[in-house]
Amino acid sequence: MADLNRTALHALHLRLGAKMVPFAGYDMPVQYPAGVLKEHLHTRSVAGLFDVGHMGQVLVTAISGRQADAALALERLVPVDLAGLAEGRQRYGFLTNEAGGIIDDLMIANRGDHFLIVVNASRKTEDLAALRAGLPDCDVAEVPGRGLIALQGPGAEAALARLVPDAPEFAFMDVGIRLWQGVELWISRSGYTGEDGFEISVPDAFAEALAERLLEMPEVAPIGLGARDSLRLEAGLCLYGHDIDEETSPVEAGLSWAIQKIRRTGGARAGGFPGAGRILRELAEGPARKRRGLRPEGRAPMREGVEIYAGEEGGAPIGRVTSGGFGPSIEAPMAMAYLPPDLPEGSTVYGDVRGKRLPARIVPMPFRPATFKR
Amino acid sequence: MKFTEDHEWLRVEGDLVIVGITEHASEQLGDVVFVDLPAAGRSVNTGDEVVVIESVKAASDILAPLEGEIVAVNDALADTPALVNEDPLGAGWFFKMKVADLSALDGFMDEAAYKALIG
Repeated sequence: MADLNRTALHALHLRLGAKMVPFAGYDMPVQYPAGVLKEHLHTRSVAGLFDVGHMGQVLVTAISGRQADAALALERLVPVDLAGLAEGRQRYGFLTNEAGGIIDDLMIANRGDHFLIVVNASRKTEDLAALRAGLPDCDVAEVPGRGLIALQGPGAEAALARLVPDAPEFAFMDVGIRLWQGVELWISRSGYTGEDGFEISVPDAFAEALAERLLEMPEVAPIGLGARDSLRLEAGLCLYGHDIDEETSPVEAGLSWAIQKIRRTGGARAGGFPGAGRILRELAEGPARKRRGLRPEGRAPMREGVEIYAGEEGGAPIGRVTSGGFGPSIEAPMAMAYLPPDLPEGSTVYGDVRGKRLPARIVPMPFRPATFKR
Repeated sequence: MKFTEDHEWLRVEGDLVIVGITEHASEQLGDVVFVDLPAAGRSVNTGDEVVVIESVKAASDILAPLEGEIVAVNDALADTPALVNEDPLGAGWFFKMKVADLSALDGFMDEAAYKALIG
């Protein structure tokens, strides 16, 4: 464990009694003494504080100094509309590879004279390599020395407003810089739980003070990676390396909504990103498989790796669970699996759980509706 | 009460042995959301997988500590799997089994030895 990285909140996690696990090269809290179930439900009912300081924060600046150049340069790597992304706004996107697979999924914010990109901890190396190789006309720099805290749940707004009075004025996916006790906070109204909330980038030296100040508030409890996973799963959100990877296309993954019309066939800036051939074709003709939501009958979870069959007996598997577990808010098991695209919603498939084929219904995602502030 | 190295407890009730998991095991598992119990009447050998516990984190197997026959299972766990966390040594029991020779329990740890094991 000696060579694991630590976030700026590591000592705080230990003081809070967290159970620590290795995650993407970091020693991270998987749960606190309250446990995954209570942490999950607390986030949904009031507010949870998550250390996401293991994630990468990357700045992309055009060498010309013109933001329009940076936007068009990034559009060579990302199939989303960035030239049309207003200053102070953020958008979900992904880096694609030549085969139309996903190198990583990311949040991209227009900060006026550069873009701030937040990437998965496990994919920092690949992301930086792809950005540097694909953007010779931009400066690509990982932000050093800043932690990242997510504050999520219906009480997040009131909690943050005590420190940042105009926090309630941020709309969903707005980004901005605010001062707290003279320290620059980079704030976005976004998250990974299906709840309203904020993600706050803070200098490492002040991360613990900010987290403690928030944790003093009656609404806010610390939440570990365990509940982060069950929250995002209920929200139908993908986890890189599980639900999406270098083989899965955004269309197969059900992420077509993130590819704006202007980047699709017939749009003013159609294509021009890696794997455009496959991705635009799948948008027009449909993909060979699709990420679908499953609600297993009964209470037995279908976890990652469970093979899915069309019938109760015989036949070859038609797919595999990529993420699955128990949803504390829906009080039932839930799973995501790649399945043939023509299976209608409501139809029943069977998951092989320890040698028994158990029925599961194909359902729309999210499993639990999101509560964003639009 | 006796204890196994797999963090199960065994308690004799008449000529039956009741089996559950220890508080230590229940804490390590985290919140239990589903318990897959065997059918009553099943004959088991020592080391057979007889129960699967699904927690919010993972699935874990419970092995039969002795050879014998499962004569009863705790049906309350079907609706309230959280009993395993709330009362692991009592209401959270898994099954009762009939064994050929109760003296086989002498080979398991007593409470002091188990406490020493988990530190």
